[in-house]
Parts: sequence; structure tokens; C-alpha cells
Amino acid sequence: MRSELIGLALLFGAAVGLSILVGRYLSRVFGCERSLFDWLAPAERVLFRLIGVDPGVSMRWPQYLGAVAVTSVVWLVLAVVLLMTQAQIPVWNQQNIPSMEWTLALNTAISFLTSTNLQHYSGETGATYFSQMVVLMFLQFVSAATSLTVGVALVRSLRSQTGNSPGNFYADLVRSITRVLLPLSLLVAIGLVFAGVPMTFAPYDSIKTLQGDLVSVARGPVAAMLPIKHLGSNGGGFFGANTAHPFENPGMATYCLHLITVFLLPMAFVCFVGYYLNRRKLGVIIFTLMTGCWLLLTIPIMQQEWAGNPAISALGIDQSAGSLEGKEMRFGTLASAFWCGVNIVIPAGALTSMHDSYTSLSGLFMLLGMQVDAFYGGVGTGFMYLFLYIIIAVFIGSLMIGRTPELLGKKVGQTDIQLATGVIVAQPLLYLGLTAVAALIVNQTPDDGAALGWLGNRPTGPDHYHGFTTMLYEYVSSVAGNGSGFEGLGDNTPFWNLTTALAMLLGRFIPIVGTLLIGASLYRKPFVPDSSGTLPTESYTFGALLFIVIVIIGALCFFPALAIGPIAEYLTGAT
Amino acid sequence: MKTNLIPAIRLTVVMLILTSVIYPLVVAGIAKLAPGGGKGVTVEAKGRVVGYALIGQKFTEDRYFNSRPSAVEYNAAGSAGSNKGPSNPDYLKTVQARIDTFMVHNPSVKKADIPAELVTASGSGLDPDLSPDAAKIQVARIAKARGLSADRLNQLVEEHTKGPLLGVFGHSTVNVLKLNVALDQLK
Repeated sequence: MRSELIGLALLFGAAVGLSILVGRYLSRVFGCERSLFDWLAPAERVLFRLIGVDPGVSMRWPQYLGAVAVTSVVWLVLAVVLLMTQAQIPVWNQQNIPSMEWTLALNTAISFLTSTNLQHYSGETGATYFSQMVVLMFLQFVSAATSLTVGVALVRSLRSQTGNSPGNFYADLVRSITRVLLPLSLLVAIGLVFAGVPMTFAPYDSIKTLQGDLVSVARGPVAAMLPIKHLGSNGGGFFGANTAHPFENPGMATYCLHLITVFLLPMAFVCFVGYYLNRRKLGVIIFTLMTGCWLLLTIPIMQQEWAGNPAISALGIDQSAGSLEGKEMRFGTLASAFWCGVNIVIPAGALTSMHDSYTSLSGLFMLLGMQVDAFYGGVGTGFMYLFLYIIIAVFIGSLMIGRTPELLGKKVGQTDIQLATGVIVAQPLLYLGLTAVAALIVNQTPDDGAALGWLGNRPTGPDHYHGFTTMLYEYVSSVAGNGSGFEGLGDNTPFWNLTTALAMLLGRFIPIVGTLLIGASLYRKPFVPDSSGTLPTESYTFGALLFIVIVIIGALCFFPALAIGPIAEYLTGAT
Repeated sequence: MKTNLIPAIRLTVVMLILTSVIYPLVVAGIAKLAPGGGKGVTVEAKGRVVGYALIGQKFTEDRYFNSRPSAVEYNAAGSAGSNKGPSNPDYLKTVQARIDTFMVHNPSVKKADIPAELVTASGSGLDPDLSPDAAKIQVARIAKARGLSADRLNQLVEEHTKGPLLGVFGHSTVNVLKLNVALDQLK
């Protein structure tokens, strides 16, 4: 056990080191300074000419938001059409997989558009190679690029000048892909390919096993998809078992590579904030806060899983290697739980083990991590959610000392606070409301919802704690853009497809629009240098205040639901 | 809005070709240089392909090392876990049944020594590995079924045990398929 923990600590250290380097690189790319891939500029000029966009032209905020909206609609329509006709597309379609039914197609398209990557289908049986590459992986690239771009737009608005433009959306989007996502993806993909991850357009293989059974073996262009799945905080796997599948994750070498790619851009973005705004101490404070909170969530999960499932210990066998239901031997309990902890604060939501089989308290911490969604968070969007908490903390802190709220030299006004509060409250409102509707339907259906086929973990009594947690998890995951799920839920049904689609759409675009509006309003205001009466935001005291604000908002919004879900499940030892 | 529509469509087409056509074809080309040519590395025995090194198989006969239970019966075209919650009564009955079956096939083993992985399903349903303990606990049964010495079998398990990567990443595992292929060659 100790050697495994040392390995994980080293892995974390490597991720932090790389993130600092990448953060500085991002600051150069988006600050239009000289950077590593400047030799790509002629090729980029060709791309800009093909698209018909002049990268030097700055957009105004309404135009910028319009560009975000229109590109999203175009991608959504493209995705839905291709998924609903995938059986008829003659290219890269050897397995004769049927087209998706419309609620599933809509759900999948919205899911990948919002970088959530909630998958109500299973890769091997539900998507052709064409769909995986041209629809799903494409959306993973452009949604990640969008997240990064809007995050940069927000950070631009925190500069000390006064201005009225977040930049050019198309230019930033293209550069996100050519300078960041594609080079990193290519590098990682090459590593994966030589580590044993398949990358082929050949059809599934049929073999006869050593014991004599006939088995069909799924494979495909897997290595291309995995890097962007992790880099972009997407999380949608090629196979149904996601990163638990041996072809996606052959061993600890690929585990380390995958986990570093999950950590990389969200961590690097925090470093980017520090470098770009030339406020290194703020970057360090934010990074420390995020790391501390992530550890507070992950360590209990690891401890709970290592202690094992008490119900299985009661059967009298050897559970000294931890709770192994739904886990893979090549990673073991600790590494699987560690991966879980990382993938709930960073809404990649990829899996190396099945969350439905985790112990009840682990479920509690998983939900908390996703509900806050600001500890590292997604590439770009994580900082956006933290920014909302920062606005609230500045507001509360300034009131406490009797000053006008001010952030980085800009006065925070009434509309800004209202927007921030509105967005923060909108998310729990969404997932609690939807869970209430689902729970009501289960209760109203005779035999506790047996006919619905929703809950794979059905108890023998009327207590539904694990079932409730399952449904709550699905909606929290959708709103937070995470995409992991308790797979015991019968989620490929019109009800779940459509309600989670709504949750994902609102959960992604309400925060983006809200934070960009606040950013626009701040950017337009005159810059007022710090005086002795200003609430200092670049201090560890403010960091502590921020932490307390997050905990209080979290307790008020999340705990009632958590009490009747995972906490009740733990206390009663029931399902 | 209309001024954004044409650029959006052109952007989509250009990015699509770049990320969904050029990029995967480049990676696929590089993959041809990797072991297995990007199609997966196979394992051969008795003059034919018997499986993939990374994909687990069903082994239920007494004379082979048995692999972990699988929620999909090792269907390599449909990976999944059981997704059973930790205190689900049906799930616990299944685990108890697996323990009882194991005791029937391995009468010389003490129940308290059975490693949990032998009675719980893996996340992918295709887990190719076992811990060295889980392999060694089956040695008594295989020694009797094949008429081989337990010491020789334990040595075989140790030869096929892969330690943690660089000593600190992960822990020791044994690939069940490769172990069984080597077992068949022992005489």
C-alpha cells in the first residue's frame, strides 16, 4: 500500500510541474507573444482564409456571445443528423451498428457539445467508427476548445485596463486547437499506441479462446480519441467500460499518462491566470485552495474503498486489498479511488472503476466534488465557476469591513452580484428539481417503480437510498458537465435522455453566459488602484474566506439532498 | 446572427477535416509501427491465436487457473461492470453463491483466505489479471486435476508475476491467459 501511495504522490507532483510549464505556454499563446509553435502561423493563416475570418479583428461582447451560440447550434444540428443516420453512412462502418433513436441522438449530441460526455449508449454496440471520429471526437475537440476560449475571455476581462472586447472567438478557437489540443493529443496518442492501445479501422476480430469459447473482440481507432477525452475534460470513452477497459488503459503506464492529461489543462489554466494577469500570488492561492479541497474529497474516498465493503467482510473472506467490485486488478483499489477523486472535481468524469459499486460514503464525496465543480474544474470552465464564488466572497468580505466590493481594481456592482448569485443558485435548483420529479415518478409507479426499469439496485423494502443517490448523481453529473454515472440506472429511456439533455444544456450555458456578462461589465469599468482600505484578494486570508463561502453555500444547497441519499444509505447500511 | 452562420459552418468543415480525418489517419499510420500494428497484441498457443494479451477470457474448468467473475461473461464486444450497489441483497446473494462454488471446487482452501477479487466482478468485465495470491490459492486444485506438483505450479505463478511499474506504480499482477498457456505447456 505504501509504495502505491508514493507512486500516486509522484504522479501528482509530475502533473503539477507540467501544468506550470503549460500554464506559462498558454499565457504566451493567448497573449499573442512568441511561443513554441509559432512556426505553425503560415498554416494557421491558410485556415483563417478558408474560414473567412480575420484574426486581428476584435469582437464586441454581444457579437462574441453570438458566435458561441451560433457555432454551438451548428455543431448540435450536425451531430444529431449524423447520429440518427449512422447506419446509412458507408464509411468506417463495418459492424452494422443501428442508427440512434432520436432521444438518444439528441442526448448524445448535447452531451458531447457541452463537454459533459454523458453516455447513454455503449461505444462498442452503439456507435460506428465514423460516429466516434467525426461526431463524438470532433465535438470533444471543439467543446474543449470552446471551454478554453471562453475561460480565456473571462480572464482577459480581469486585466487592469478598461476595454470592451474579449478578443476574436474564431481566432481563439482555432488557436486552442492548433496550438494546444492537437499537438498535445498527437503526442499522447503516440505514447498510447506504443503502450498497447489499439488504433485501427479494421473490424472487430473473432477468436476461439483457450478454453474453446467463440468470442468477438471489439477494437477500433481508440488511441486517437483518448487524449482529447482527457485533455478537454470530456470523458466520453470509446468503449462502454470507459477507462476501465483494458484496450483503453492497458496498465499503470497508460494510467499515469491518462491521469496527467486529465490534470494538465485544468491545473495549467490556474497557472495561466497567474501568469497572464501578472498576479502570481493570486494564482498560487487559488491553486492551493483547489488542491486542498480536492484532497479533502479524495482521501476519504480512498480510505473508504481501502477499508472494503463491510457487507462482503461479513461473508468471511479476505478483503485486504480493498473493495474490488467494479474495479480492475492492474490498478487496484487505491489507484482506482484516486482516479475517481480526480475525475469528480475535474468534470472529465472518466472511469477506471464502476462508481455504482463504491461504498455509500464514497458516493457522498463524489457528489460534493461535482456539485462545487470549481476545484480545478474543467478546462477554462473550472475557473469560471470559482470566479462566481470569488464574487460572492468579495461581496461578503467587503460588507464585513464596510467597503464597496472591489475585485482586482474593478468595482463589483449590484448587477454583477445578482448575476453571480443567480448562476450559483440555478445549478442546484436544476438538479434538485429534476431529481424531485424523477423520485416522484418512481414513488407514484406501483411496486416502487419496477415497471420503469430505471433502478438496477432495487431493495426489497420501500427504502430507496441508493436508488435516490443514483438518480441525484445522474442529474448532478449532467448539470456539472461531468458525465460519469451510476451505471445501474436504466438511462437510455426517453425520460432520462431528455431530462438530462436539458440539465446539460442549462448547466453549461447558464454559467458561461452569466460569467461572461459579469466579465464584460467589470472590463468596462474604470480601473482603481488598490488603496489601504481595499479588501486584499491576493492574500491567504481571502483564500480562507473563499473556502468558507464555498462550504457555506455548499452546505445550504447540497446537504439536504445528500442527507436523504448517501448519508442515509451509510447510516442505515441499507440500499 | 446571420453574419455568424457562414463563418460557423466554414469553421466546422475545416476543423472537422483537421481533427476527424487528418489527425486520426496520422495516428493510425504511426500505429502500424507499434506491436500488433494497432490492432491489438494477440497470444498464440497450439499453433493458433487463442486470445488478446490485454483482454480477459472465461476460464471455469478445474484444470485451468480461473479468472475473475465477469458481469458480461467476458463478452469482449460488450464491456460492462455489474453496477451493483454495496449492500444490494441480490448482489450479496450472488457473492455468497460464488464463495460456496469456490469452496466446492477447492475443498482444501480456508474461506478466510479467499481474495475478494475471485468473487467480485471487474469494472470492465474483461479484466485479464489476478493478484499472485488469487492464483496461488488455486494451485492445490490444479495440482490434483493435472497431476503436477504444487511447488512447480507456485513457481510458474511467480515466473508470470509482473511487479509494480518502477516499483511504485500499482501492484503485482498475473495475466491469467498467459499463465494458462504456460500451464498447458508444462508436462
